[in-house]
Amino acid sequence: MELCSFLTLDSFITDPLTHDFMRKALLMSSLVAAVCGFLSSFLTLKGWALMGDAVSHSVMPGVVVAYALGLPFSLGAFIFGVGSVALIGFIKQKSRVKEDTVIGLVFTGFFALGIVLVSKIKSNIDLHSILFGSPLGISLSDVKQTIFISLLVVILLSIFRKDLMLYCFDPRHAKTVGINVFFLHYLLLTCLSLAAVVGLQSVGIILVVAMLITPGATAYLLTDKFDNMTVISVLSAIISSLIGIYVSFWFDLETGGSIVLAQTFIFLFAFLFAPRYGIFKLKKLFAGYK
Amino acid sequence: METINYQNFRIDAENICVDYNGKVALYDANLKLKPGQICGLVGMNGAGKTTFFNALTGFVNISKGKIRINGESVRTAQKDQTIAYVPQNEGIDSQFPISVWDVVMMGRYGSMNIFRCPRESDVQAVKDAIDRVDLTDHLSSPIGNLSGGQRKRTFLARAIAQRASILLLDEPFSGVDIRTEKLISELFIQFKNEGKTILLSTHDMIHVREFCDLVLLINKTVVAYGETSEVFTPENITTTFGGISPDFLFGPES
Repeated sequence: MELCSFLTLDSFITDPLTHDFMRKALLMSSLVAAVCGFLSSFLTLKGWALMGDAVSHSVMPGVVVAYALGLPFSLGAFIFGVGSVALIGFIKQKSRVKEDTVIGLVFTGFFALGIVLVSKIKSNIDLHSILFGSPLGISLSDVKQTIFISLLVVILLSIFRKDLMLYCFDPRHAKTVGINVFFLHYLLLTCLSLAAVVGLQSVGIILVVAMLITPGATAYLLTDKFDNMTVISVLSAIISSLIGIYVSFWFDLETGGSIVLAQTFIFLFAFLFAPRYGIFKLKKLFAGYK
Repeated sequence: METINYQNFRIDAENICVDYNGKVALYDANLKLKPGQICGLVGMNGAGKTTFFNALTGFVNISKGKIRINGESVRTAQKDQTIAYVPQNEGIDSQFPISVWDVVMMGRYGSMNIFRCPRESDVQAVKDAIDRVDLTDHLSSPIGNLSGGQRKRTFLARAIAQRASILLLDEPFSGVDIRTEKLISELFIQFKNEGKTILLSTHDMIHVREFCDLVLLINKTVVAYGETSEVFTPENITTTFGGISPDFLFGPES
């Protein structure tokens, strides 16, 4: 029966929409993708991919503790996300260990703490849904929280868009003209922690870093304008989410993995065929000199 | 008495020390510059040139000493858009997706509202600045498409648009074409006539003799400071560069 139903494109798209959980999943994942995609432009330009990985893994114990105490999980995630970065900075400053090593050891430490806590704290936390996401099983309170956080991040990024761009591009100039660089640094970190929290519902803690860097990297290959980069990043993130959820519905695949894989394929497509920076274009560029 | 004294100097740095987590980068450095003066900052790599710039812009905190800009604190100077910094070409990400226009507009950010919405006056300032560095044909070019010289001029335009009275330039002549070099030297003369104060670091000794009224030789601290004709001697240069003779550094002509 399933085979027959997606013989036509129309039913491929509309059939899943008859399910309430699918409509919710599509909407929420698109929202989350948009937020992460927006932030992604800043993170890829700032060179914070590793930082994104660190923060997204470090929020784990925060989420667990918040659940156990009945607090909003975003609060716990925020504290541990920013805390991990502060700890990374502290250890880097006070020891001779190199930064990437410090980042690696801090976030795995936090992540391990989270896993141990889940096994110790008896609650209704589903480890699988934290690790791999569960966009199809999102609860109503999670929906409200996700919408609230998403709007907050989008508003913050929109207001400080130009300052953040300057901060990523030339922090020294920002400081010289009296712009509060310290504030912008922590604003970006805050948004990163919050985006990691909403993103983990979609694709889980392990893959959320993909939501935070892949759309930005794709957009970076396709344009030379920052504003266009943001738009492309957001669109490619949303499209990947939709593709991932549909594909996982019809072929019974893990949803989070499908979404990230869709993003990866879009990136590869840009990598090969981008009009200016794709590898085929670069080959052509030198063909004329032979 | 003291305050009157300060007012005469655009830049007044007294015994400043900077350390990075206990590693001393600069100690007991002094510099006094008046309006209309051009000063060359000369030293080896790692001698503290960039640190000196960072201290003046407030990008790093000084651990000892005092910096007065127009008699006020560095913080006030930042708020007043007093200092402009023109980075080395290597110091910026040339692949950043940003156009000439947007870079130069960043010179106006400090005097805009929080949303950084350009007013008519900002647009005019940016236009004028781009015109002065002869980049009007490249307004919307991404900086990645520019040559090294054009990129250098873009950041000069940003400093012009900022309307700062003090310009700090890190290696303004490195990696630029003849045309840019000529344009920069013409601009220096204009800046001097406008009463701007310029501090520039350079590796090229000919440029020091050509443009700089004063020269500051540093090697973690001030080796020599004063009028170029008096201070820029082979002996002082040798001391600055750790015993290597200027003949070896710049050839027998200099």
